[in-house]
Amino acid sequence: MDIDLLAEKLRTHFVKLIDLAVTALPTNIEEALKKTLNEETSEIAREQLKAILRNIQVAREKHIPICQDTGIQMFHLSIGEDFPLKAELPKIITEAVRKATSEALLRPNAIHPLTRLNTRDNTGIDVPYIEWNLLEGNTLEVEVIPKGAGSENMSALKMLNPGDGLRGVKRFIIEIVAAAGGKPCPPYVLGVGIGLCSDSVMKLARRASMRPLQKRNEDPEIANLEDELLGLVNETGIGSMGLGGRTTALAVNIEVGHTHTAELPVGIIFQCWAARRAAARIYPNGRAEYLSHEVS
Amino acid sequence: MEFHIKTPISEDKVRELRVGDTLYINGIIFTARDEAHKRALEYAKEGKALPISVEGFAIFHCGPIAQQVGSEWRIVSAGPTTSTRMEMFESDFLDRFKVRIVVGKGGMGERTTEAMKRVGAVYCAFTGGAGALGAGAVQRVRGVEWLDLGMPEALWILDIKDFGPLTVAIDAHGKNLYEEVDRRVGENLQRIYARI
Repeated sequence: MDIDLLAEKLRTHFVKLIDLAVTALPTNIEEALKKTLNEETSEIAREQLKAILRNIQVAREKHIPICQDTGIQMFHLSIGEDFPLKAELPKIITEAVRKATSEALLRPNAIHPLTRLNTRDNTGIDVPYIEWNLLEGNTLEVEVIPKGAGSENMSALKMLNPGDGLRGVKRFIIEIVAAAGGKPCPPYVLGVGIGLCSDSVMKLARRASMRPLQKRNEDPEIANLEDELLGLVNETGIGSMGLGGRTTALAVNIEVGHTHTAELPVGIIFQCWAARRAAARIYPNGRAEYLSHEVS
Repeated sequence: MEFHIKTPISEDKVRELRVGDTLYINGIIFTARDEAHKRALEYAKEGKALPISVEGFAIFHCGPIAQQVGSEWRIVSAGPTTSTRMEMFESDFLDRFKVRIVVGKGGMGERTTEAMKRVGAVYCAFTGGAGALGAGAVQRVRGVEWLDLGMPEALWILDIKDFGPLTVAIDAHGKNLYEEVDRRVGENLQRIYARI
């Protein structure tokens, strides 16, 4: 296939992925929110959950962003070694982000961290942010994550002492949850990374925060820890939007990596209820198979 | 109690509102977040007038997505942003400009609660992330100031209809719903830590 034509198709798919991510919440999150509403007894929390569910519906019907904070665009690429386009991808992604911004799908959020000057098109130094992962085969898997600042600002990292052990890990998680209160827009998905090093543990936490709700950690002991922590987080009573209630987290997801014998890193990333993501597998002929949404 | 009010609102009227009440706002609301608060207070210090008078009106901690169609602006999505970032400005802002309603998410602290009691103002929680609902309440963009701060940080002047439901979370009598939740959470935490 002509490489320019493929580039054009990719740009169109990337804009479509951004569009899907910001306007249509994955249905598993919506189902979990409905369940949360059914179980909730606090009237104030019920009002919040009803507004959330109505908002999801309005955004989908009117084809407008669920939340005005459409984040900084993060792209996770799993690229087959035989996929015909590689080094050009950052340029194509940047163009797609510019286009989505001009179509008012994205709020222009990207600014210089010190001058605070807005670039007005969601691009800048290392923005959109791209993560690469090389695979065998000839397809390209793309995941788009528009992550808002409300929940991202509550992220935390701590290099615990190995002697703090599992008890220290649990205590740190609960302390961060308590300090964040209603600010990360609960009911949220809590992503926890344990192990590796200071930066990579945050990547584990990111991956955990984006894991589809029905999936548990494959290690049964870690899965048990996820359940135990979910119980503890909900016992805090922070509730929907921090106004009190029985559900604070929809899930606690943990990802683990081995670490140094003298380290015990723990990373925490909150994913607000508007857990927006869209993913597709793209073939060398430019055809896309959408993995996160049903696309007719 | 449920209230449907029209801005501007008097101090007496705002003092009738209590924590837990549900509010719908009609009339005019201004968006203002970190940069607009900062600039407004700088203007006040220098004795410069704001581009618009905000006394008696509502401000919304919000950075909307707006789209320009011809010469008109249209609001695409407009939910609340985290209000605690404005905690460092809000008590001075209330003292200086006498806004009567602040709408945001996540609550505000002790200094703002005291200022609201002193000045006669309330803080209302609007559901975080509800950008599509917020935009639905906007009838018209009346104007925009300070667009040099960027779209999210600019001062958007919006005509709104039945903007809500909002929950009165801090009233003009020193009551703060978030502090009450915090107290309960604090008690629960003692129990949780004892079990870990």
